[in-house]
Amino acid sequence: MPQHSYGAIPWIGLTVLLPLLGFLVNGTLALVRPQAKRVVSLVGTGVLLASFIVAVLVVLQLRQETLIGPYTVTFWHWIVVDTLQIDFAFALDHLSAVMLLVVTGVGFLIHVFSVGYMREDPGYARFFAYLNLFIVFMLLLVLGSTVPLMFVGWEGVGLCSYLLIGFWYEEKANADAGKKAFIVNRIGDFGVLLAMFILWTSIHTLNFAVIAERAPTMLEAGGPVVTMVTLFLFLGCVGKSAQIPLYVWLPDAMAGPTPVSALIHAATMVTAGVYLVARTNVLFAMAPLSSTLVAGIGALTALFAATIGLRQYDIKKVLAYSTVSQLGYMFIGVGTGAYVAGVFHLVTHAFFKALLFLGSGSVIHAMHQAYHATHAHEDAQDMRNMGGLHRYMPWTFALMTIATLAIAGVPPFSGFFSKDEILAAAFARGAEHPVFYLFWGMGLVGALLTAYYMARLLTMTFLGDNRTGTAEQEHLHEAPWVMTAPLVVLGALSLAGGILNLPAFVGGHHALETWLDPVFEPAKKFSQLVMPHGSTELLLIGGAVVIAVIGLVAGIRGTLVRPIVVAKNAPAEMGFARVLFNKYYIDELYQFLIVSPIVGLSRLVLWKGVDQSVVDGFFVNGSAALMRGLGWLGSRLQTGQVGVYVILFLVGVVWILGSVLR
Amino acid sequence: MTDFLTSVGYGQWILHALIALPVLGAIVVLFGTTANAKRIGLVVAVLEFILSIGLWWAVDTRPGTMQLVAAIPWIPTWGISYRVGIDGISLFMVLLTTMLLPLCVLSSFTYIAKREKAYYALLLLLTTGVLGVFISLDLFVFYVFWELMLIPMYFLIGIWGGTNRLYAAIKFFVFTMAGSLLMLVAILVMVYRIRVVTGVLSFSYEHLLLNAVKVRSWSPWLFGGFGLAFAIKVPIFPFHTWLPDAHVEAPTAGSVMLASVLLKMGIYGFLRFAIPFFPSVALGPDITALVIGLALIGIIYGALVAMVQPDIKKLVAYSSVSHLGFAMLGVWAGSVQSVQGALMVMIGHGFSTGALFFLIGMLYERRHTREISAYGGIARVVPLFSVILMIASLSSIGLPGLNGFIGEFLILLGSFRNHPVAVGLATTGVIFAAAYLLWALQRLIFNRLDKPENSSLRDLTLREVLVMAPLVIGIVWLGLFPGPVLRKMEPATKRYLELADPGIHPIKLFSFADKSK
Repeated sequence: MPQHSYGAIPWIGLTVLLPLLGFLVNGTLALVRPQAKRVVSLVGTGVLLASFIVAVLVVLQLRQETLIGPYTVTFWHWIVVDTLQIDFAFALDHLSAVMLLVVTGVGFLIHVFSVGYMREDPGYARFFAYLNLFIVFMLLLVLGSTVPLMFVGWEGVGLCSYLLIGFWYEEKANADAGKKAFIVNRIGDFGVLLAMFILWTSIHTLNFAVIAERAPTMLEAGGPVVTMVTLFLFLGCVGKSAQIPLYVWLPDAMAGPTPVSALIHAATMVTAGVYLVARTNVLFAMAPLSSTLVAGIGALTALFAATIGLRQYDIKKVLAYSTVSQLGYMFIGVGTGAYVAGVFHLVTHAFFKALLFLGSGSVIHAMHQAYHATHAHEDAQDMRNMGGLHRYMPWTFALMTIATLAIAGVPPFSGFFSKDEILAAAFARGAEHPVFYLFWGMGLVGALLTAYYMARLLTMTFLGDNRTGTAEQEHLHEAPWVMTAPLVVLGALSLAGGILNLPAFVGGHHALETWLDPVFEPAKKFSQLVMPHGSTELLLIGGAVVIAVIGLVAGIRGTLVRPIVVAKNAPAEMGFARVLFNKYYIDELYQFLIVSPIVGLSRLVLWKGVDQSVVDGFFVNGSAALMRGLGWLGSRLQTGQVGVYVILFLVGVVWILGSVLR
Repeated sequence: MTDFLTSVGYGQWILHALIALPVLGAIVVLFGTTANAKRIGLVVAVLEFILSIGLWWAVDTRPGTMQLVAAIPWIPTWGISYRVGIDGISLFMVLLTTMLLPLCVLSSFTYIAKREKAYYALLLLLTTGVLGVFISLDLFVFYVFWELMLIPMYFLIGIWGGTNRLYAAIKFFVFTMAGSLLMLVAILVMVYRIRVVTGVLSFSYEHLLLNAVKVRSWSPWLFGGFGLAFAIKVPIFPFHTWLPDAHVEAPTAGSVMLASVLLKMGIYGFLRFAIPFFPSVALGPDITALVIGLALIGIIYGALVAMVQPDIKKLVAYSSVSHLGFAMLGVWAGSVQSVQGALMVMIGHGFSTGALFFLIGMLYERRHTREISAYGGIARVVPLFSVILMIASLSSIGLPGLNGFIGEFLILLGSFRNHPVAVGLATTGVIFAAAYLLWALQRLIFNRLDKPENSSLRDLTLREVLVMAPLVIGIVWLGLFPGPVLRKMEPATKRYLELADPGIHPIKLFSFADKSK
């Protein structure tokens, strides 16, 4: 029998190796020749393009293959102790293939955008080094065949996120934000670690494929073990994907350069939690309690974050809360058991949210240059200082309008299809568990708010009169092509991304669903979901579209109706708007309830109290003082006569030897 | 490689050579000129390291038993002989020590400016003491080496230390001495009681190991003697307060040796002596509960106290309390994974904490302060230093992919079956570790460069890069390719676990209820 050739699949390691090389080259240049920007751009984007091409070849090959199981490429045995064997190996299946394309594809576009956006920055080489390293870890997360290897990527992307949020570390707030992101994520990682320990103890494997194989037979469906595992895994997802109660790091993460917000804090890293739930779908399907919690937290976050988004003025903060909210929708999807819908929304969201962030980056870039030209010290990110920008940046305006319609769920834009599928699934699950009707309702209200705050963002930024300043207006202009071109590609994807999984009522064949079917097949044994069809489906869709349109119209009219005062003259918010503007004071609450008590306890009670006063002060130095006292008594024996000493010495020796050797 | 080593008879002389070379080197240093002291020291240290590399091939770790055993009668009438040997556990302790020695010497070139001859001679002597502890197979010889390492360390802190060096040196000395004297009594009593039973007077490790069970009624007391000495050395809460003081006051190389090697002697002592001798006590329910409880306190308490330290060296010192708590947990959990995890923590902590102390020393040489608040924003002026500091800190935090993760992960994974709640609590340590180190990093290298005296800091010199490079490579290498090391440890670990079997009737410590048999 001829040896079966897997085409490009064995070369999958290149997708990681190339960005790693890019990181090493750019990292070295950052230390040795930071001004070599041309080489850095070439290497930084080149490795991503090459990685994307390899990824495409690999996925094309995967289409040809007939085997269902993951294609595993083992590089070396990583941790080997007794029966524990964890390989450094990649597993390619239909799910990781989707992520592979999104990460390298969207990643490449954002790298290109960064060439323009970061051009003037002295840390240019360092930036690209971090960005390349991020891709390395993100692909490890996606491709790792075992939980620990996935965890290398999982924490690695957290590290890059930390480094990039605090990229402009000279501003204390930025360094604070980076640190906060890492530590909050570590709370989640604690959950992932414990989930691994329980898995190893109960089913003796940490390999994703073997877990999916063994869990159905070795664990009791709905039992305590699988529920614990999934709850701890979900804790990790809550941290990484910024859900309640651990979402607080993501809005602060906007301190990083805008391409970082687009790549890490919108398109890829923050969706890792959704990916993890999808990856371990069998476990979640076996744990209905956990799945309900996943959907519930998702619904709550989707709604809660959307309300905060209503009253933010920083353009990136609006998008940050929007991301938190949209991630909530994805969790409604995977929590409901509609894994495909969750992944579908993950993909379309990667397109339109990357577009929104990069578009806002273009706006900030333009604003910044305008203020820079006039030496004004205004906030380049505050939407109250913008307005009417469509005259200066028509491309950005048009593309961000597409993205806004996509996220609001207006047909035929991509977000319409994916969000609709999630809400329909939640509705369908309601027949079984009525609480899902509540989640569906929350998602629907969230959709209304989403349409509102996005329309508000678009209106405040691009419509109405310009508020930037008369002198500045001359300097406002469209971004260079190197920044606009990636936007155009993302615009096309946001517009047409729905094609990936067109439903039957528009003549589609659920292509993504068919593609992902092998991955989610095992979960179906435990949780079947009958999607609504016929008139129910059409009613749900019609309702969602009406809500989106209402939200959009209200957002535009509500924003245009009152004059907007520029940021520096703006009066303080009053009433509930003030609560929203201050994000429900959750950060302050955490500081007051958790951070301050722990630091206080550590400093005053543990260090000054236990360590210095009790252990050292009382016992150690106390016994030293006691000895000094005895020593003083003993010194009375010091007569200075050698003969007395010798006798005492001899008596002592004899006594000791006598008692030991008795 | 093996053929070459056999042809030069490597196995016959290497252990003796590793012990003797530093002593000879110390003598040469003392007879040489002051100007040459550091160069001679470096040559000897490098030679020692190169010699030791062959152990990787020469020690057959597959049987899990002692290899290259050699004995020279010393005081035959008392059954004392100079017996040494090495297995898959001590192998890595020896290699860690010999690898760090040249780096310690090299890092001291500019740091030490007074009485250099004595300094380098003591550093070499210290190495002999440490290596002796790790390879001796005779309890008397072990005790001699244990005390031998104490004296150079006392002088290193007391002479070349910081402002409060005398307090720290005496505290270190008294703490360790208090423990080791009790251990001496325990050794003497044990040897004597075994002689009463067997009629053979011998300090030989194997003899005592084989017959320890015959003096079972004494084992709670004997374990107490050994255990206290090792517990102080680890150090386990509440015997840890000598550590921050000793670390802060010691010169850089002293801190590195202390953290990377000396602390490991405590865990090593438990693994080699205290537990295999008296498994029924050590692994009985009382002591297990006590030790795991104290280990947990060490992990969490050490991390929390580290978080609020204003002195960076003290911060790292308390972080050691936290890390060694993990190792204790791993040892007492007693699975193959958890014990090998403890061994990996011992190695990994040697690399990452050693690196941190070197870096702090380099900073101290430039600014003469260890106050975290004296820095800030220096990443811009010393980028290379900052990158390496970041890597070492991340390793200490336990970032997967670097060496620190392997040990902690194996310990927690291997301990979960028998101690799920303890593992749950211990795992919170990963959160606190991130908190204290990232907070410190931010205040050191990030934020605004607001102190003018920091704006002219010089980045690492070539010599300093040479000190750091092996550690950075080790941190990454062991994180990605721990396989060969783990494989070499495994047989010895399994043999240890066979010895460390508490048996069917573990002794309840506080009842001495052995009368039933």
